[in-house]
Amino acid sequence: MGSFPSNYYDFFGLEHRLVLDLQDLEKKFYALSRQYHPDLYTLKGQEEQQHALDATAILNDAYGTLRDPLARAEYLLKVNGFDIGEQGSKNVPPELLEEVFELNMALEELRGGDESARQSLEDARNKFTGMRDAIDTELAAKFREYDGSRARSVLEEIRGILNRRRYVRNLVNEVEKELTGAAA
Amino acid sequence: MTPLEIDFGKQERVVGIDLGTTNSLVAYMDAAGHPSVIPGEDGDKLVPSVVTVTQKGEIVVGNKARAALIDEPDRTVYSIKRLMGRGVADVQEELKLFPFRVAEGSESVIRIQLGDRTFTPPEISAFILRQLKRNAEAFLGEPVSKAVVTVPAYFNDAQRQATKDAGRIAGLEVLRLVNEPTAAALAYGLDKRREGIIAVYDLGGGTFDISILKLHDGIFEVLATNGDTHLGGDDIDNRLIHIALEDIHSEWGKNISHYGEAVQTLRRAVIDAKERLSFAPATNIELNYKGKQYQREITRELFEKLIADIVDRTLGPCRACIKDAGVTVEQIDEVVLVGGSTRIPMVRSAVETLFRAKPHTDLNPDEVVALGAAVQAGILSGTVENQLLLDVTPLSLGIETMGGVVSKLIHRNSTIPASATETFTTAVDGQRNVLIHVLQGERELVKDNRSLARFDLKDIDPLPAGMARIEVRFLIDANGILNVTARDARTGKEQSVEIKPSYGLTDEQVEAMISESIDRAEEDFNARQVAEARVEADRILAAVDKAKQNDAYLDLTDEERGEITKALNELLVVYHSDDHLLIRAKIDQLNNVTMKLAENMMNTAVSSALKGTKI
Repeated sequence: MGSFPSNYYDFFGLEHRLVLDLQDLEKKFYALSRQYHPDLYTLKGQEEQQHALDATAILNDAYGTLRDPLARAEYLLKVNGFDIGEQGSKNVPPELLEEVFELNMALEELRGGDESARQSLEDARNKFTGMRDAIDTELAAKFREYDGSRARSVLEEIRGILNRRRYVRNLVNEVEKELTGAAA
Repeated sequence: MTPLEIDFGKQERVVGIDLGTTNSLVAYMDAAGHPSVIPGEDGDKLVPSVVTVTQKGEIVVGNKARAALIDEPDRTVYSIKRLMGRGVADVQEELKLFPFRVAEGSESVIRIQLGDRTFTPPEISAFILRQLKRNAEAFLGEPVSKAVVTVPAYFNDAQRQATKDAGRIAGLEVLRLVNEPTAAALAYGLDKRREGIIAVYDLGGGTFDISILKLHDGIFEVLATNGDTHLGGDDIDNRLIHIALEDIHSEWGKNISHYGEAVQTLRRAVIDAKERLSFAPATNIELNYKGKQYQREITRELFEKLIADIVDRTLGPCRACIKDAGVTVEQIDEVVLVGGSTRIPMVRSAVETLFRAKPHTDLNPDEVVALGAAVQAGILSGTVENQLLLDVTPLSLGIETMGGVVSKLIHRNSTIPASATETFTTAVDGQRNVLIHVLQGERELVKDNRSLARFDLKDIDPLPAGMARIEVRFLIDANGILNVTARDARTGKEQSVEIKPSYGLTDEQVEAMISESIDRAEEDFNARQVAEARVEADRILAAVDKAKQNDAYLDLTDEERGEITKALNELLVVYHSDDHLLIRAKIDQLNNVTMKLAENMMNTAVSSALKGTKI
């Protein structure tokens, strides 16, 4: 027994980096599961059982967070004192204003029964998916930059990119929903 | 425990139980380390999940109860699993299709009328569990008080809690609830030492689950799960019953749908026909009722038309599960079929088409879940090493926020145990209580999700509005059941939480049922005493048999050995009597004359241990 770190990176014994080797992470996850999982403490005393439960809950939450690049970045921002509420995603990034305006028109038309709007929605979907992919490439580069410099200013930039990504993701989801919903 | 049984470091056995909608099974890990299903008194491995209360008030479970389904339908219940953890409002559709007799006054907890008594679904499930416990005790010759019990992966918190309650009422400590498809994977993977990604498609009597797992070096990691807790073979039977009832109505000019006996006879007939259709292109549904005959041919083609939409309903959850698992169909190496309904050719071909792989059918789909439960029991008791199950929660967990919207705290398919912490505060000066409404489900609005419970944070220090800070920790344990704890973040003091479950029993109600079941057990006190005395006798007889192989036995004098043989024979003579005191007396006698043998064996064991030799 003994205490365990509550910081996700520390729990895995990892440096606080944004680029992680996922295979290595999985290997560590399996090894730590074999060490802490409640199944291995069922017949032990109450205290040991509780310890196993608490440790594994953190392990699982940590693994779920660290293996996903976006959740990982948000987590690192949070432990570095950044406020990362959903707030940022509600403001339209200025460079997207025009596209969002067009999209809303097309959505209205399709809902109103105008099937010709389908094509412009599909175009919009492709455009936003492309935008999302471009953001992911940008993020990956910023992740490497942060790991090299550990500069707070890079985290600041990453926060901005994450907000933009969240907004674009919501757009993609909305268009997908409309397209598949209308097709059904 | 008899002296001869002293065995250092031996742990109490944990059995694995599949508490099914249609059939239930109990399994254990045999001496060779293989999981094995334990047969009942009648030699049958499947115990039908049917419970009847006889005219005399005796509780009967299994094949005998299934016969009563036709003779005494008002005293008999089947498919009770469909009602576990549910409220009356949830089951209105169910009640149209199943002959559940819901007693008056059932509100948040359903009560079922059986003869002149009423029982909650966990109590009825407890009767089934108690039967399985007895079967295991008779077979193993030792008391069994700990079990792993399987549940559908898609069971929500209330349904899981109800299953755990059933265990407690039956006198079983449920060490773990395991998801059925995961248990199946465990039985499957253990046998084959497989690696890779597998899908488990589990269509049982009343529930459907799909799970996708990654198998790696003894770790069984569930990537995602999905399902429908009210979809299964029962629904198929109901389709056939429905067309037969319509036929009979027009042929006989009589609607027999309200005659319990007739419907149950018909139910048996359509199940037989359904099973035959898995092997034959056509068969007959036949009914003889009060001298009248009904017969109709049903082809597999017609059957498939009737059930197409039921089979189809399983495919949506499969696609969602593949997506959530983050894999493609091509990455899935194998598909394993579980549950009796997967014997239907149409189900098999639907699975084959979707997964583009021929499903595996080499394990008996009726037994594989129980076998997996036994493996998990082995993991928990340390007899199975190197295997570990990492399961997920099937549904997202959230709390109600402003405007009836749900804020998600733990997402579905999170590996369990999983936790989330939220800080709550007060809205009014001097406020002492904060009410938290917890829900399960994927929808945005409170009204579209399943209400789990309301947690009342009580006795908060009176402070100006917004000053109190109560940290609440939501933790889903390895059983998939929610635990909530709270503490005052300012003082660090533990904060009291009162739980009001939306469905199911409170702790007090379960306690009351446990003591009631003990009271009831006293009604047939003697029968129980005799049964227990026989279990005890079995144990000492087995122990003496084993001891006779020991060198210490040869060291006894002829006279001492003669006494043992005499006591042994006397016990065998009274074994089948109905006098538990007599059986006990003979057990004591045998214990007495084997005392010296036990001591000698112990000394040999200790001295050889001191010498460092292995015994």
